Amino acid sequence: MAMIAAKLLHPTPAGLYCPPGDFYVDPVRPVARAVITHGHADHARAGHGAVLATPQTLAIMAVRYGADFTPSRQPAAYGTATTINGVTVTLVPAGHVLGSAQAVIAYAGTRIVVSGDYKRQRDPTCPPFEPVACDVFVSEATFALPVFRHPPARQEIAKLLVSLSRSPGRTHLVGAYALGKAQRIIAHLRDQGHDRPIYLHGAMEKLCALYQREGIDLGTLRPVAGACAEDLAGAIVIAPPSATRDRWSRRFADPVTAFASGWMRVRARARQAAVELPLVISDHADWDDLLATIREVAPRELWVTHGREEALVHAATQMGIAAQPLNLVGYDDEDGDSRAPEDGDSPAPPP
Amino acid sequence: MNRFAHFLDALSYEPRRNGKLDLMTSFFASVPDPERGYALAALTGGLTFRHAKPALIRDLVMARCDPVLFALSYDYVGDLAETAALIWPAQPGANHAPALADVVETLHSTGKTRIPHLIETWLDALDANGRWALIKLVTGGLRVGVSARLAKVAVARFGNLPVADVEELWHGLSVPYTELFAWAEGRTDKPAHAARAPFRPVMLAHPIAESDFATLDPAAFRAEWKWDGIRVQAVGEGGVRRLYSRTGDDISSAFPDIIDALTFEAALDGELLIGSGGQVRPFADLQKRLNRKTVSKKILAARPAFIRVYDALVLDGEDLRALPFDARRARLQTWHDTVQPPRIDLSEQVPFAGWQALAAARAANMSTGVEGLMLKRADSAYEAGRPKGRWWKWKRDPHSIDTVLMYAQRGHGKRSSFYSDYTFGVWRGDELVPVGKAYFGFTDAELKQIDAFVRAHTTNRFGPVREVVHTGDEGLVLEVAFDGLNRSARHKSGVAMRFPRIARLRWDKRPGDADTLATLTTLLPPEDTA
Repeated sequence: MAMIAAKLLHPTPAGLYCPPGDFYVDPVRPVARAVITHGHADHARAGHGAVLATPQTLAIMAVRYGADFTPSRQPAAYGTATTINGVTVTLVPAGHVLGSAQAVIAYAGTRIVVSGDYKRQRDPTCPPFEPVACDVFVSEATFALPVFRHPPARQEIAKLLVSLSRSPGRTHLVGAYALGKAQRIIAHLRDQGHDRPIYLHGAMEKLCALYQREGIDLGTLRPVAGACAEDLAGAIVIAPPSATRDRWSRRFADPVTAFASGWMRVRARARQAAVELPLVISDHADWDDLLATIREVAPRELWVTHGREEALVHAATQMGIAAQPLNLVGYDDEDGDSRAPEDGDSPAPPP
Repeated sequence: MNRFAHFLDALSYEPRRNGKLDLMTSFFASVPDPERGYALAALTGGLTFRHAKPALIRDLVMARCDPVLFALSYDYVGDLAETAALIWPAQPGANHAPALADVVETLHSTGKTRIPHLIETWLDALDANGRWALIKLVTGGLRVGVSARLAKVAVARFGNLPVADVEELWHGLSVPYTELFAWAEGRTDKPAHAARAPFRPVMLAHPIAESDFATLDPAAFRAEWKWDGIRVQAVGEGGVRRLYSRTGDDISSAFPDIIDALTFEAALDGELLIGSGGQVRPFADLQKRLNRKTVSKKILAARPAFIRVYDALVLDGEDLRALPFDARRARLQTWHDTVQPPRIDLSEQVPFAGWQALAAARAANMSTGVEGLMLKRADSAYEAGRPKGRWWKWKRDPHSIDTVLMYAQRGHGKRSSFYSDYTFGVWRGDELVPVGKAYFGFTDAELKQIDAFVRAHTTNRFGPVREVVHTGDEGLVLEVAFDGLNRSARHKSGVAMRFPRIARLRWDKRPGDADTLATLTTLLPPEDTA
């Protein structure tokens, strides 16, 4: 069993490689043929010869890298099987961000599911994760420690709205990753009755417009650039996490700095980032959801990619599932801006 | 407990001083006695629970969850209370959360053997935030960015009282401070009985910079040696005797020899030192006497304490604080000559003609126990806090050596998950011997660089400690600054540094060219002849 699975898919420096199909999943270097699970920059890079992905992911890549990011776009709708050199690839919703998919790879009676990044909490901007029975489940481990338990997003959004009502004159600057998190926060805010215009950092504008073209209602959005001080007082502004600590944020008088991330569960992390209003909202599965998913998918083997592999491998082994880390390099933790808080990809010291 | 937990949570994320004060005053206004008093005691370090130690919390958690996962989580989070609070498996339907007052009073009235079960039950009944607050409360050290002083300022603001009045009364009050709140709410008069032998807020000095001298007239200043002990206030009033640290902590119990000597009516400001016959011993000797609840006769005899006094706040019942420094000094001198109190000598003044002459005297004095000079304006009244331009400290320039990074450990609090605690060494022959540890002095950007270096150059792991490559050719040279060096039997190298900090990262230097132990030991004070 393990022999066959490892022949169907194995790690290489460029990423997970499928020899019979001659393609890579989320390669970190340019390759001839790539299957891309979702549009985050560390999974979807430019310069591949051909890219198979959901139509939404292809649209996101075109927004980020320009229309010519690959000579060959191969859109595959959720649930539609594509055959590559005899290997069947089916994309199934992963519930991570718009267009995000698990790659279900089947060949000669063996099925491997590369889940990419995924979550189980409700997200109004993308279809929910669908468990697929398989021989090998490849899981991320971003929040794979039992200290990470994400509360319901509704509760965290309510915290933001309460703070806004208590300090109605202060701009609420919400740090959120530009793809997925930003739009999800806005959609939740709309769900919970916040109907005033929401202001966007420039880096958010194109992706929000794309979400709206895809039929996701984000309400009235306005650019921060050009807004006057009275408009911004008491408004919610969404910006990339790095911008909330940057000179850019000095335009707001006495803002409340919020940050929406699974890391905000750890107080020290929030204080390191000088966050006043931590919002524990994540697009990754928390510890309980990782274990529940593994139980539900019930694979014969679990392969663990980026994050806190050691803990998830340990827990799966306790559950009686053969588990191993893949030691892939080149994937970021949530929010893209973070230095990898664990080992693996430390940059060289300055000369 | 939930109300207290929300309060602590809000304080810990509020960066603005005024924001913190607002949170505290509204808590005092909306929460009844005794809960607000216990909260105040928690913020000012006034609560201790003898039988609730971090090890107990660790044991409780280990019994509830997988030890491997706990170890990985603790290493990641970097704070025991927070790791335990987050990892604790929730018990849906557990009984209702205890109030803060219940927790405090029950812990104080419960025997040691029952305490683990008690805490376990509370942990089950609370949510993650409540568990964090409970663990912080019982193990001490809230670390929510509120100093004891700021909490006292909040009480003063709440009751519209002068802060100095609250601080002076503080040591005569007891937890849960119902008298204080009654006074603050105007329901009673100032609790007068609390005012005996109070701590009076001390006057502090600014560090002086080279550029300051041009603006200062030497004739307007008096100079004294800056002694390397701890700042104390010794008070004898109406039969009550107390020794306070500069932050107002009552340290009488560690210094019965001093307390015995306070047979007068006065409040004196001075430096607590170890030695006899006017000879000052190194700071390390004083360290061995700090933080003790009781002191053995042997230690009292081997390390006698005395106070080198430099100011008088009250003499024979008269408050001198409004007088100019020169007048207070003259009164102090006369008083000292007349009373001749044991264990108290007078800090001598250093006469000088101008700043250059004083700089030369400062450079020439290498005596043990002197860490620089103090400059005080002759006309300065004794004011609480750090008033601008009155008192200055002019420390000796620090020593500096090139060392090699040997081990690193992750930090806590704001530095959690960064490798920020460093053990460094110097050469003895062809081996490196550790000579100290430092965890500050570097910028945030430098911290990231060292952290990356540690991760990429780990050669071994011992629990949370990483050994980092340190050969003649490979490794990171750290320039370390420190204020003094002492002999130490506890360290393999035989020396211990005072206030070591990272001065510079020397990416340009080969580890083999770092300093040697022989160079370092030339900085040791002469052998103790006593």
